[in-house]
Amino acid sequence: MNDSSHLTQQAVSIRGISKTYKGGFQALKAVDLDIRRGEIFALLGPNGAGKTTLISIICGIVTPSGGSVTVDGHDVLRDYRVTRTKIGLVPQELSTDAFETVWASVRFSRGLFGRERNDAHIEKVLRALSLWEKKDAKIMTLSGGMKRRVLIAKALAHEPSILFLDEPTAGVDVELRHDMWQMVRGLRETGVTVILTTHYIEEAEEMADRVGVITRGELILVEEKDVLMRKLGKKQLSITLQTPMQALPAGLDASGLELADDGATLIYTFDAQSEDTGIADLLRKLAERGVDFKDLHTLETSLEDIFVSLVRGAP
Amino acid sequence: MNFPAIRAIYRFEMARTFRTLTQSIVSPVLSTSLYFIVFGTAIGSRMGEIGGTSYGAFIIPGLIMLSLLNESISNASFGIYLPKWSGTIYELLSAPVSALEAVLGYVGAAASKSVMLGLLILVTARFFVPYSILHPGWMIVFLLLTAVTFSLFGFIIGLWADDFQKLQVIPLMVVTPLTFLGGAFYSIGMLPPFWQKVALFNPVVYLISGFRWSFYGHSDVNVVLSASMTLGFLLLCGVAVACIFRTGYKLRS
Repeated sequence: MNDSSHLTQQAVSIRGISKTYKGGFQALKAVDLDIRRGEIFALLGPNGAGKTTLISIICGIVTPSGGSVTVDGHDVLRDYRVTRTKIGLVPQELSTDAFETVWASVRFSRGLFGRERNDAHIEKVLRALSLWEKKDAKIMTLSGGMKRRVLIAKALAHEPSILFLDEPTAGVDVELRHDMWQMVRGLRETGVTVILTTHYIEEAEEMADRVGVITRGELILVEEKDVLMRKLGKKQLSITLQTPMQALPAGLDASGLELADDGATLIYTFDAQSEDTGIADLLRKLAERGVDFKDLHTLETSLEDIFVSLVRGAP
Repeated sequence: MNFPAIRAIYRFEMARTFRTLTQSIVSPVLSTSLYFIVFGTAIGSRMGEIGGTSYGAFIIPGLIMLSLLNESISNASFGIYLPKWSGTIYELLSAPVSALEAVLGYVGAAASKSVMLGLLILVTARFFVPYSILHPGWMIVFLLLTAVTFSLFGFIIGLWADDFQKLQVIPLMVVTPLTFLGGAFYSIGMLPPFWQKVALFNPVVYLISGFRWSFYGHSDVNVVLSASMTLGFLLLCGVAVACIFRTGYKLRS
């Protein structure tokens, strides 16, 4: 890849980033990652995997022990003024200026990031986040969900082109979570690149274009979400039998079929993408052998199942 | 230079002052008024003049310095400690703001507040004792220099402190005793010869002495020495802050 295409395609380019904290804890081990412009990228990982450290390095809060990060082709350490102006960060913790009003706090953020006062933009952001009615309220009087919105408004106050959301929906109710997803999609439509960390798999499944899985400081996988689901996702047909059976009847011990629940259920695993799933054949064979069943349903592997198997399988 | 950021920090910090008006302005003015009533009017009326100045007038520069030092330190230390404590420091650290710009914003606001307070005390004093200012220009210079220097010092304390106790310990245990022993209420010349020499190791002596000179034209130590010592301390604090930011000490892990 030459430099010019690199510049146009990658919003963030991470090369060999490592971080060892004082005391010897190695939070990141030589991570390489490219975030494409305009995508929604979900960084998945269990607690302590290094997600927040990675984000903090890109945003300039943590100094890396090795490696480099560029944002739109600018080094985050050398050209920090350029890169930080492009980035908005919504932190995981609900750290707010408790005694300030929403308006004052959001306006402060805009100035801090070097932008001249623009009340119209701040009004637009507050309205989009349903915060306009609360603009004169002190932040300490707001609910947790509203404080989260304030943090998002602060991150958007300087019109960043890249937005980091660190666990954006932790402790947020379902309704607000859906609102937030809606907002993130709206941002993407305006060309903003969104990088979110989460351990709600549902969130990544719902939102992300691509998924990265990080565990113990290592990025073990980066893949298009759809490809990942196709590659590692599988479908199962669960058949609840009328009468439990001891063993699979002769002629039915084909690959992919197994007995579960002490013989009360048949589980058939198949490739959902293939032309012939084999389901029709299986049902016909069951009828021929007089095997009655009272219920059947299909199950799909969720991203969560894939994630758990990946993280468990990691060295 | 990120001027919008400097302005944003400055405004934000000044707004905090006006929001906590009682704590920031009213209480130091009230406590200084009490000093004037007790030392200036009640006790002062029974004391002789010092260097041709009535005792009530004599203590004005010292009292202003006392408030200026305490307020500069507490304003600046609290200003930077509060975001560290609440976690909102992430925003400053992730913003395109250089160390110098952050210092200009925070220290500028802290120094502005304490200069305002110093002038307010000066006006308050007028209600209790008559006084004159011989060198008003120099008075402002000393006021500004001291406010900036001790705001920088407070900024360092705020960066260093990781709990509220540490935030208080240096102002309480070091600065207040040095100010009381630095000639706020007496002339160094009134001490026995040995203690006069010891007093010269107290940096606050030079601040108060220079400041008092700008009022009444007489001082405990040479005014040039006073100004040099103040400038020296300003330089020291400036270098310390620069080192702190360069190493990321206690801010960036």
